[in-house]
Amino acid sequence: MPLLLVVVAVGGIFLVTEVLPWTLSRQTAVKRNGKYDVIIIGGGATGAGTARDCALRGLSVLLVERKDFATGATGRNHGLLHSGARYAVTDRESAAECIGENRILRTIARHCVEPTDGLFISLPEDDLGYQTTFVEACHRAGILAEAISPEEARRLEPSVNPALVGAVRVPDAAIDPFRLVSANVLDARLHGAEVLTYHEVVDFIRTGNCIEGVVLRDASSGELKRVEAKVTVNAGGIWGHLLARKAGVEVGMIPAKGSLLVFGHRVNQMVINRCRKPADADILVPGDTICLIGTTSDRIPFEDIDKNEVLSTEVDVLLREGAKLAPSLATTRILRAYSGVRPLVAADDDPTGRSVSRGIVCLDHAERDGLEGFVTITGGKLMTYRLMAEMATDLICRKLGRTAFCTTATTPLPGSKSESKRESRRGRREFISMRAGEKGAEGRHGDRVEKISFDKPTDAALVCECEQVSVAEIKYAIESLDATTLVDLKRRTRLGMGTCQGHICAVRAAGLLGRASGDSEGALSDVASFVNERWRGVCPIAWGDSLVEAQFTQWFYEGVCGLGEIVDKKDREEMI
Amino acid sequence: MKKQESRNISAGNFEQCTKCTICTVYCPMLEVNPFYPGPKQAGADGERYRLKEPKYYDEALRYCLNCKRCEVSCPSGVRIGDIIALARAKNSRGVPKLRDVLFANTDLVGSVATRVAPMLNRALESKPIRGAMDTLLAIDHRRILPRYAEEKFTTWFAKNALAEQSKYGRSVTYFHGCYANYNDPQLGKDLVKVLNAVGFGVRLMEGERCCGMTKIASGMLSQATADAKRNLAEIRREVGEGRRVIATSSSCAFALRDEYEHILGLDNHDVRSSISLATRFIYRQMERGNIKLAFRKDFKMRVAYHFACHIEKLGWSIYSTSLLRMIEGLELLLLPSQCCGMAGTYGLKRENYNYSQAIGESLFAHIESLGVDCVATDCETCKGQIEMSTSVKVLHPINILAEAIDVEATRKLNDLK
Repeated sequence: MPLLLVVVAVGGIFLVTEVLPWTLSRQTAVKRNGKYDVIIIGGGATGAGTARDCALRGLSVLLVERKDFATGATGRNHGLLHSGARYAVTDRESAAECIGENRILRTIARHCVEPTDGLFISLPEDDLGYQTTFVEACHRAGILAEAISPEEARRLEPSVNPALVGAVRVPDAAIDPFRLVSANVLDARLHGAEVLTYHEVVDFIRTGNCIEGVVLRDASSGELKRVEAKVTVNAGGIWGHLLARKAGVEVGMIPAKGSLLVFGHRVNQMVINRCRKPADADILVPGDTICLIGTTSDRIPFEDIDKNEVLSTEVDVLLREGAKLAPSLATTRILRAYSGVRPLVAADDDPTGRSVSRGIVCLDHAERDGLEGFVTITGGKLMTYRLMAEMATDLICRKLGRTAFCTTATTPLPGSKSESKRESRRGRREFISMRAGEKGAEGRHGDRVEKISFDKPTDAALVCECEQVSVAEIKYAIESLDATTLVDLKRRTRLGMGTCQGHICAVRAAGLLGRASGDSEGALSDVASFVNERWRGVCPIAWGDSLVEAQFTQWFYEGVCGLGEIVDKKDREEMI
Repeated sequence: MKKQESRNISAGNFEQCTKCTICTVYCPMLEVNPFYPGPKQAGADGERYRLKEPKYYDEALRYCLNCKRCEVSCPSGVRIGDIIALARAKNSRGVPKLRDVLFANTDLVGSVATRVAPMLNRALESKPIRGAMDTLLAIDHRRILPRYAEEKFTTWFAKNALAEQSKYGRSVTYFHGCYANYNDPQLGKDLVKVLNAVGFGVRLMEGERCCGMTKIASGMLSQATADAKRNLAEIRREVGEGRRVIATSSSCAFALRDEYEHILGLDNHDVRSSISLATRFIYRQMERGNIKLAFRKDFKMRVAYHFACHIEKLGWSIYSTSLLRMIEGLELLLLPSQCCGMAGTYGLKRENYNYSQAIGESLFAHIESLGVDCVATDCETCKGQIEMSTSVKVLHPINILAEAIDVEATRKLNDLK
């Protein structure tokens, strides 16, 4: 009898606290009089995460992005699911945030995460005494860090520099930022959010001391649109600095550029870090079929934040330092170089931007600057995006007077709802016998693969052979994941991210895009911008096999397809 | 930058692939089998995924013939066939079928089979038994299996030839392989006849084992490695004593020279250049003026040469064709260089029979249209396939040479008594 009472009581509390607010909020999840509850500016991880959180809590949401999702810093980093160990010594708060989010993302975003684990290695020139400080700091931050012998490290990770004198094993992992953002956007939409890509905020709608919405410019038509909302969220990454200024407030951000190199295949299976104070090119991450070395760190002026240049001096540093982590990098083919700009928030005058806290900054401009209806969420890291979104959404709910709770820490993203065949023991047999295109799709989309139809004989045919992207997956990305160009498709599927950098797949995918949009001329000019975009990344490392490949690509597209003749009128961007 | 000591794990040069896709044009399997992903996808492309996670191994790789024509066509030196063979050996699951074990252990099966050869040969020709083998062992009933000899080549050699070999001033070591030993001793006898006629004594290696090609093809790498180590030790001794080692089978020579290093990871660089093919050895000796040949005046033959896959991979078909061209009275026609579909033991297997025949179809038609006396090829399994699928007899260039030379005149030319 008492047991029954307890059950009833718990059930009652659950109904009142969880279900009731949810059902109430569901009913209000519609915009009234063309006015949204919240407009989120920025289609990076933070913006997409905030859109999802708001949508899950029943707010009416509009997510706007000037280009495509994950085109800023979100898609231009290591794709490292930090254990937090890197920050344990210098920034305990960040370290604790990292390990917390690390555990959460492994569950809710399992299809984006590869649980590789990581090593922090000490080389003969490093101070082995730092290892003790490091391990202690990790333990204080709640990170499972275990010092292992050099032999054990060489056994676990055969590619590691064999000269190492010590190693610490930590729960690092790899995370795919493109899939992560795509899954967040998808879930936001499944919960009623609206999304506009290729829409740039050109102005804010301002009444007195209140931001009441934004003016958008549609990149394809040039048309201006006004949209109103009770709260506008600035999740623009480094561009948020400029957005805030447009809204009339100052958020002092430091643009810190980091460059990375992508190698042709996985040299390492575990993340390899240097066990020393964070420095240039000291993280090597295995990500999907490739591995990445990075990063450099340089403060750049705001005029340069869209340039994404990689200098030859940076390539040199990355290669030299990278080969210290895994010597075989020196003889491994490099696919491309890229750079991103970290949105660090000014704390002191460190010119490199490295000793600035990576802490999360969530600003209510009403409180801070007396500007109503405007919120900035910035700082942080890719892997703390969910926590940032939670903090921002909490603030938005407070401002709107809502009481809904955050559920993103426990609600799996679409694609991670159930164990995939690839992961499960029982599905293994079935997975092995699947065709390459199906395997590729399942690896990328997790359980959402059931939405991809492989019924027709041509569906499993490969469009991108390097990355096993099939016709069916391309169709799915066009229909369900807002992909409108080849570069969008690249971010949804890995199209053109492999060894040939778009040589084989660009024309094939353009054919499918053209068929879907009915605009074959547009698809053709899209091929030109896609091939050029790929070349931009290859250019800084264009030697050896990569140069041969690039010349072959050029010969093919210019000579055989005659693309040199096509003036790319619809170049919407200096995309990437 | 200082040159680094490094373990380059892009094995088989898969990173040198520039995705030109030429290999897919030369793949005989891709043309007849839509389920095979083709050498580019199965090799260099697939390798990146297998490195990411072995689960991405594609079971359709079993269709690969191991013909290595993709490697011959590759302008970037990617060892596509090796990459596929290694991926198969590493990832295909479970214990090999009884049939595969039988096919792979050619020397073991051969030594038993030669003892009961008359009975066995008759049995292998009988329909009910072939039907039973199809059902029980998945060996296709339409396939004609090679006949076994009643006397092994090595037995014949010990009885009839061994004693006089020491009379010759120069000598060469013959790696006879399983086929010449168990199935076609005449090939070995013909080689001895030719070499003796030009003044070379022939030596055999007592500890010779199967070259291991069939085991490699079936993914039984540990057994192949055991054989290979034994063979290498034997070959080292011969080479150390200043002798070259020659084979009549192009696949044996290819295995000893390349597969040992590339697939089994054995270091054979010290003896590799001393391993040759019989036709190449004879041709080069002639070229240097070390030996001379005299031919029978009444010899007449119209021959079509078939380019076996592994001799193409070795790049040595030119030696066989040049040698054949020297024979007076021999009219040589060259068939287009294409796979006959047999690929060692591949075509024997029931699941491969249709693909095997489809690959060779145009070759067979071509052969029939030429009206030749025989087809010449350096590969024993091509011989089996072409003889089964056409009405034409197939000989090894050495067989033809042995028939064409005038032994007495040749001996005289080479100053032998």
